[in-house]
Amino acid sequence: MKIVVCVKQIQNPEIPSAQFRIDEQAKVLIPVSGLQPVLSPFDEQAVEAALRIRDSLGEDADVEITIVTIASKASRAPIKAALALGADNAVLLSDSVFDGSGGYVTARNLAEAIRTIGDVDLILTGRQAADGDAGVVGLGIAEILDIPAITFARDVRINDGVVTVQRVLQDGIETVEADLPALVTISNELGKVRHASMRETMRAAKKPVNEWMPDDIGLDETQVGSTAMRYKLERLYIPVNDIECEFIGGDTPADIAAALAQHMREAKLI
Amino acid sequence: MTDNNNGVLVVVEVSESQPIDLGLEMLALARYLTDSMGGIVTAVAFGTGMETTGETLIAHGADQVLINDNSIFANFHAEAWLPDLSKIIAEVAPAIVLIGHSESGTDLAPRLAFRLDVDVATGCESIEVMNGQPHMTRSCFGGLAREVVTFTKTPTLATVRSKSQQALPPMMERSGEIKHVDSILDENSIRTRVVNRETEKADGVKMESAKIVIGGGLGLGGPEGFKTLNEIAELVDGAVGASRAACDLDWCPRSYQIGLSGRTVAPELYIAVGISGASHHMAGCGNSKTIVSVNSDPNAEIFKSSRFGIVGNSQEIMPALAEEIRKLKA
Ligand SMILES: Cc1cc2nc3c(=O)[nH]c(=O)nc-3n(C[C@H](O)[C@H](O)[C@H](O)COP(=O)(O)OP(=O)(O)OC[C@H]3O[C@@H](n4cnc5c(N)ncnc54)[C@H](O)[C@@H]3O)c2cc1C
Repeated sequence: MKIVVCVKQIQNPEIPSAQFRIDEQAKVLIPVSGLQPVLSPFDEQAVEAALRIRDSLGEDADVEITIVTIASKASRAPIKAALALGADNAVLLSDSVFDGSGGYVTARNLAEAIRTIGDVDLILTGRQAADGDAGVVGLGIAEILDIPAITFARDVRINDGVVTVQRVLQDGIETVEADLPALVTISNELGKVRHASMRETMRAAKKPVNEWMPDDIGLDETQVGSTAMRYKLERLYIPVNDIECEFIGGDTPADIAAALAQHMREAKLI
Repeated sequence: MTDNNNGVLVVVEVSESQPIDLGLEMLALARYLTDSMGGIVTAVAFGTGMETTGETLIAHGADQVLINDNSIFANFHAEAWLPDLSKIIAEVAPAIVLIGHSESGTDLAPRLAFRLDVDVATGCESIEVMNGQPHMTRSCFGGLAREVVTFTKTPTLATVRSKSQQALPPMMERSGEIKHVDSILDENSIRTRVVNRETEKADGVKMESAKIVIGGGLGLGGPEGFKTLNEIAELVDGAVGASRAACDLDWCPRSYQIGLSGRTVAPELYIAVGISGASHHMAGCGNSKTIVSVNSDPNAEIFKSSRFGIVGNSQEIMPALAEEIRKLKA
């Protein structure tokens, strides 16, 4: 059984806002110096979901997990991390024309890479990348490959060619099934990801990482990068926040609470 | 192929046969957009038993309402929605298609985009037409930045964040046309099967419509902290929400989560208790009219978005606040 996990490497999404910088002219993020890129958290959980499936199916199932990513400039560390967690091999779409082309083109490129890999049973992605926050690529891949897609999974199981997913709803849980091949997007409710074991980390260095160019996946120049884009980035900026915080003080918690309650009453909220 | 130019089409979600607030908010945006670029506002509603839905949508700004009443649409299911929706969009040929940035909308819109062979801007906060082209402003980088994007192919597809727009007051005298459409859905084309759905009805005031929302985070120290917040909420007819970190630890139901990957609220008053103020959280409450925060760390990020701040221990302040409100109400 073949599982592909699509991952993106990004700047750590949980840095303090004071460190976050944008180059408004070039309309790009200015990376925080010295900070290693990380796997986008939902994607890291997608890797975990794949590993859990392999664990539950056992050795005999012969599950092969392939990491696919578009990463021209960034470091290889996140790919290595995914391999160290237990993925078997990786495909890197590493030409610069793959880069920065938005969800529409990214989905097309990843879909072609998955077609090239061939006979993939299950595709996992994060529910959205934690930099663009768009949530377009996973569903896009499924549409292009014309396979069923199930979003926002907290649990994914495979049984006799059927994927069963517990989907997170705002007010509950939905259980959804589809025949393979299928695509599932993973939500944070999947829970904690494992740590890389010493053994896997040592093995990871020897795992194959294939670098593919557009030719390798049957795409010509017009189908990748900015020429294929359906969108234009007009502006990128950090919104200004001009709120002045007034601190409510007092000698005891009761005093402070009384002052706050008074404010609420004046605002006619009580 | 000619460009789509027939106004704005709004996909309105219906719950218990009434349009949800976000649907009405998008109608206001659609009116605003057609005012500057022309064309009509078409509202599309899928569901069952929608006897008065059409009138409500017209009163809130729709010129034309297309009702697709079918028991298969009782619960949202993207694969069931897509064939009919694609057909309707092809027929109406709108310049812009708006979908709610809700649990269903985020599942539906990207699929629809690829069926229409266009890109989609998700989670938009505003849309302005400049030089005849819709410019979408959306949050990115977990709420730390905003981007403005335009598309090179029509229709422009966008999902709109809840509470980013204000619904128009209903005008019952507005006129419009209500049409019932016949579904072309072939049920055999649906490949995903919903085998079970377990939902819990939250009691008390709904978070999205409450005037006061109290959000609890890790600074509450444990699940007991939420008891006090619920007590206060009950006293002031408010609702309780939470940070993702608190939900992840099961201190409260996951339905409490406010933020980028949770719910969006914009009450008169948001009280953030023991919440650090990560941009991911603020993405779901930043539009609140007034934010008051209680945090033991005087340098907490949350104070940068707060109108009022209290530096203190939530486990002391909140029970005291409950007591004070009880006194005021007595
Ligand atoms: C892609 C992505 C999506 C995310 N989506 C969401 C989302 O939708 N919603 C969300 O909330 N988060 C989300 N997060 C997580 C977010 O980044 C923060 O980690 C989270 O909001 C922190 O929760 P918190 O404020 O409760 O906890 P902490 O950050 O740990 O903050 C606890 C706060 O409590 C204060 N405190 C401690 N003790 C006390 C006390 N006794 N009295 C008063 N104050 C005290 C501390 O000073 C601190 O400020 C997301 C993260 C990522 C990467």
